[in-house]
Amino acid sequence: MSRKLLIDKAHIAGIETFEVYRKEGGYQAAEKALKTMTPDEVTEEVKKSGLKGRGGAGFPMGMKWSFLAKPEGVPRYLVCNADESEPGTFKDRFLMEKVPHIFIEGLIISSYALGANTCYIYIRGEYAWIAKILERTIAEAKANGFLGKNILGKGFDLEIYVHRGAGAYICGEETALLESLEGKRGNPRMKPPFPAVKGLYGCPTVVNNVESLTAVVPIINLGGSEYAKIGTEKSTGTKLISASGNINKPGVYEIELGISVEDFVMSYEYCGGIKNGKKLKACVPGGSSVPILPHDLLFKTAKGDTRLMSYESMSDGGFATGSMIGSGGFIVYDEDQCIVENTYNFTRFYRHESCGQCSPCREGTGWMEKVLHRLDNGNGKIEDIDLLWDIQRKIEGNTICPLGDAAAWPVAAAIRHFREEFEWHVTHPKEAMERNYGLRKNIFVAPASA
Amino acid sequence: MKFTEKDLQKANEIIARYPADRSKSALLPILHIAQDANGGWLTVEAMDAVAELLKITKIEVYEVASFYSMYNLKPVGKYVFEFCQTGPCNIQGVKDVIKYTEKKLGVKEGEITADGLFSWKRVECLGACGYAPMMQLGEHFKEHLTAEKIDAIIDEYRKKAVALN
Repeated sequence: MSRKLLIDKAHIAGIETFEVYRKEGGYQAAEKALKTMTPDEVTEEVKKSGLKGRGGAGFPMGMKWSFLAKPEGVPRYLVCNADESEPGTFKDRFLMEKVPHIFIEGLIISSYALGANTCYIYIRGEYAWIAKILERTIAEAKANGFLGKNILGKGFDLEIYVHRGAGAYICGEETALLESLEGKRGNPRMKPPFPAVKGLYGCPTVVNNVESLTAVVPIINLGGSEYAKIGTEKSTGTKLISASGNINKPGVYEIELGISVEDFVMSYEYCGGIKNGKKLKACVPGGSSVPILPHDLLFKTAKGDTRLMSYESMSDGGFATGSMIGSGGFIVYDEDQCIVENTYNFTRFYRHESCGQCSPCREGTGWMEKVLHRLDNGNGKIEDIDLLWDIQRKIEGNTICPLGDAAAWPVAAAIRHFREEFEWHVTHPKEAMERNYGLRKNIFVAPASA
Repeated sequence: MKFTEKDLQKANEIIARYPADRSKSALLPILHIAQDANGGWLTVEAMDAVAELLKITKIEVYEVASFYSMYNLKPVGKYVFEFCQTGPCNIQGVKDVIKYTEKKLGVKEGEITADGLFSWKRVECLGACGYAPMMQLGEHFKEHLTAEKIDAIIDEYRKKAVALN
């Protein structure tokens, strides 16, 4: 049984209230940090923990905090990215909905470490009921002296506000999020300057994901070094994985980083295997942006090592034969799923969500969508496959923000691993339309002994 | 449109969350209030009222309202079914649920039923991938959708509308 640190108490009745959360040991980390540690000591523990950002990019959080500029007399901000919009990802929703107090406690400790007296939670507009849960949670924390003026008599003031977005994937990109928080269109900013120097209202700002900031609670409770012992050497701690697609038990799981992918997919503790006795075909392991992996590269790396649920193992082989753990949006595809249709679906998503600032992304996502649409509908040509490859290469790396890369990678990986299926759609248009899934040879057959 | 006293009070509470010279930050939350107060969509008059309240130019409101997918710039039904069509919802058969709903309500995407109660549209990933297929309905998520569930939801909301009248 894997260790749980974030959602271990989610099953306790009433845990969403201050009273029960406190009785279960809640807010002890906040007391420890504010009463016995300096802000820099808190940051030091976060650095020692080795925690990588849980939003998708995996950047070490302690290092990000250490970049924060601290000029005299200028306010600093902590902004929590709760804009969870990456297809396949629904973990932050679970955390905020089921155990909101541990999340707020994480924000309090993090704001203290950064010297921020105002913290905004930017939550995607569609999570309207969760915004209400958070507002109630904040009010409870305030009524009990953990927010407001002079918290725990330590002279630290903090207000946390919930800010609802209005439907835009791009606002998950930190500079687009800041623009949106300032009441503008979500157009990403040119970097540098980075938000750590010039962020919200031109002030030094740290933007972190919900799960990352919540992990600060166990880091302070255990101490950074103890936390770093959980997981693997390069992937410390636990991670929330939101599993969906053709599996028996879709849902949100907290795993100790480093368990095997096969165990995660097949064991009853997690996904519970492929639904309806079907065979595994492929998996998008970290949200729609990351490369899709065919079954033969999912449980084992190209070198033949067991593939693990960790940052380093999931990316073993680079994009040629690996992928990324990303946001933890784990989508499983069975033998009946069509890779061409799925690639079209994701590309339509990115075309819709492109903010339109950079032409490679604005035009390129539209072109890819058109070409994929005709391939998916049996009207494609063989040259279309190379055309797609060409377009995605010209988007990648040529845009202000990573949305361009996020749109290019799934297309590249689908062609890289499933080229035959694209060709089959061209050579067998009638069958492709009637039975809209690809070549059955791309499926996983469990060994007879299993 | 004019804001009611209650909405104005809510709007001012929101404005107070941001630095005094940064009240434009309240634009997205206040557009939500204006849309709710205006039958689920934003008229030019509603957007102009928001501009006046925040003391910003009208174009600053229009350019934001047209950027974000949750703001409707055309009339919608009293209840809007917003079906997620992305990735996991697609593989779990949302297309069939949409086809069924379209037939049952008798209106195409973006059209409103004759009684003014329902309209539907396709949207992108709503963050409920493990509970697919799903849709958003007002402030609620309706998950694990089937034809039977759609029937039940339509009945429930028809009754709700009658009770409100």
